[in-house]
Amino acid sequence: MSKEFNTLRSEASLCNRALSRDQELADTLPRDSVIDALTGVVATNHDRRAFLKLAGVPCLCACAASCVGGLSGLAFGTESPADDARFIVEAQFYEKLPYKKTRCKLCPRECVIDDRERGYCGVRENHGGSYYTLVHSRVCAAHIDPIEKKPFFHFCPGTPAFSVATAGCNVNCKMCQNWDISQSRPEQVRSTYLPAKELANVAQQNRCPIIAYTYSEPVVFYEYLRDAADAGHALGIKSVVVTGAFVQQDPLKKLCQGVDAIKVDLKAFSDKFYKEVVNGELKPVLDALVTMRKLGMWNEIVYLVIPTLNDSDTEFRALAQWIKSDLGVDVPLHFSRFHPEYLLKNLPPTPLETLERAKAIADAEGLHYVYLGNVPGHPAENTYCPKCHRVVIGRIGFTVTEMHLRKGKCEYCQQAIPGVWRS
Amino acid sequence: MPFMRQRPNPNRRDFLKACIASAAFTAGMSPFGPFSTPVEKSKVVISRDPLLRGGGSSLDSGRLLKMLDRSVQALHSSDSPQEAWKKVVRPGEVVGLKVNCLAGRGISTSVLLVEVICERLQEAGVAKKDIVIWDRLNTDLESAGFRVTTGPDRIRYMGNDTLGYEEDLAIYGSVGSRVSKTLTQLCDAVINLPVLKDHSIAGVTIALKNMFGAIHNPNKYHLNVGDPYVADVNVLPPIRQRTRLNICDALTAQYEGGPSFMPQWTWPYNGLLVSADPVALDYVGWQILEQKRAEKGMKSLLALERAPKYIATAADAQHRLGTSDPARIEQMEV
Repeated sequence: MSKEFNTLRSEASLCNRALSRDQELADTLPRDSVIDALTGVVATNHDRRAFLKLAGVPCLCACAASCVGGLSGLAFGTESPADDARFIVEAQFYEKLPYKKTRCKLCPRECVIDDRERGYCGVRENHGGSYYTLVHSRVCAAHIDPIEKKPFFHFCPGTPAFSVATAGCNVNCKMCQNWDISQSRPEQVRSTYLPAKELANVAQQNRCPIIAYTYSEPVVFYEYLRDAADAGHALGIKSVVVTGAFVQQDPLKKLCQGVDAIKVDLKAFSDKFYKEVVNGELKPVLDALVTMRKLGMWNEIVYLVIPTLNDSDTEFRALAQWIKSDLGVDVPLHFSRFHPEYLLKNLPPTPLETLERAKAIADAEGLHYVYLGNVPGHPAENTYCPKCHRVVIGRIGFTVTEMHLRKGKCEYCQQAIPGVWRS
Repeated sequence: MPFMRQRPNPNRRDFLKACIASAAFTAGMSPFGPFSTPVEKSKVVISRDPLLRGGGSSLDSGRLLKMLDRSVQALHSSDSPQEAWKKVVRPGEVVGLKVNCLAGRGISTSVLLVEVICERLQEAGVAKKDIVIWDRLNTDLESAGFRVTTGPDRIRYMGNDTLGYEEDLAIYGSVGSRVSKTLTQLCDAVINLPVLKDHSIAGVTIALKNMFGAIHNPNKYHLNVGDPYVADVNVLPPIRQRTRLNICDALTAQYEGGPSFMPQWTWPYNGLLVSADPVALDYVGWQILEQKRAEKGMKSLLALERAPKYIATAADAQHRLGTSDPARIEQMEV
């Protein structure tokens, strides 16, 4: 543990006692929205032009630029069912089966779907023996967040990311912070039509050099994500994905060709947890991480530490050892504080001591970049040079407070710090 | 695991309702008539009419009404259909009929059956405007031949997409779902009108599974052949407390290939299965489907690893939704 870490520890403990749900947690949907005040305008005149006009208003730009740690967002009206057809695009990964059934090949679940039925994700539907996504360009959340909120700590620090989501998810985590969109069908949430090119344009107009696909589960809006990433790249805008990585290898490999970084929510390091709390499987997620790494994708990992469920020393150690052996010591690992949500309201927030224990174990195993999340003001939010141990990037919450990097190297000792440092 | 057994936070009214319902269950009676108990047998009435379709394919409404009357009267040991229905509903109550229209006209709750039930409900004193026919989506209703309408002074037909879902989650066991406002805000009582069919994931879909149409996220609950999810959904207070009667439309049944309509695997069973106990009804319906599969030389659902285990789960001590023990089911054929 570094000297700076010890010095600031007591101060961090104090500030974290006051942590409440009112404070923004990593990758939660902002509760308030600068644009929410204009909802009426959007709702009553919900055409594409109005939406784009609104998205591009100068006040939003100013807000996004000046209020990186704050909130910004785009509000949506309701759509008519007649408009639904524009969101429906044939899925890229599925196979046709006899009797008009389909098998989805996007995620390891491989749902077999009858005609007129949907998969586990709730956003892909069989129509007459062909399989379709219902959420292409169907954005239900859009906000401008600092990239640190995703969190990415080694990817363009201090940069605003135009963050979007559609409804749906291919797992059902009992601790989900955004369950109201992730566990809903697209027709059950307010959403708007935002085609890939227009998304890239809106991001550019709002001075966001990054588009983040986040909040729900980007794997389920795969086709839109890929189209939007291509559209963004055409304008020089990067794309980052925040995902549980419960995805098949083939779509993953194609995805890696089109995006710039992937943050993986590794929910636990046990099959039991994945089965009982996530309704998924661990192995495909680990396989996905290895593949991403092999393909040179920039990765960061978040591990939400939940009291009694995935917080044992054994599990922390096994996780750190696996990362070291299969991914390497330079992959940033964020231990995040859990807040009671959704179906796990009976558990308390993670004690700070548990998070610090997790970090100590991962540090001891030799990982170079181990962070704590959802504990604003804690010294473990900073990036320390693994060689000279000085702060190279200082942070409080999602705000970068100091930078001592020069061309990707520690300005004190010239140690290379892995990451993508320029937007 | 402890967290898997969270209870919802009921308000005082819900709490008192639950207490009364629970006490009635324990005492072996519901406020509206005979009800399954751990001691008494659960009645499942099966009525069939081989001449229901005459010589053709269309149903004879007069014969269907008689089948319905025979069933409901037998269930409630009543001399007249009106008397029997008065044990199910009261004047002034809003009565929801939960139909199953997912598979379109081929294998959905029959429009004619709904019409004859509405006729009897009105004779029991329920006003037209207090009858609501509902399912998941307006388009589902339309695909089954119902006409979506919510006008005043008439029977209302509406999908959950008309009113939407409650904001708050209803939680029990493995499920956390937003419940349809059609159910929570309109209906005082529900008559469950499932169909009798095979389900390629959940084994069968009859009375218990039909209530997946009352929640916003049924796609999450097909894992492990629907067990324990189907049972858990039926414990959610708005569903458990309002469901008074189950009338399974087995006029046409499907023994393979569901939930989609697969005409090659349907047969004219020409029957209704009626019970206050959805678990007993599901058990009996499941056996009918298994029997048909055996007749056709098909493997049993058990052999295919899709036996509907959720039926037994619904009867266990955590759920107490009825009985799946054949020794405690009184099967009556009328």
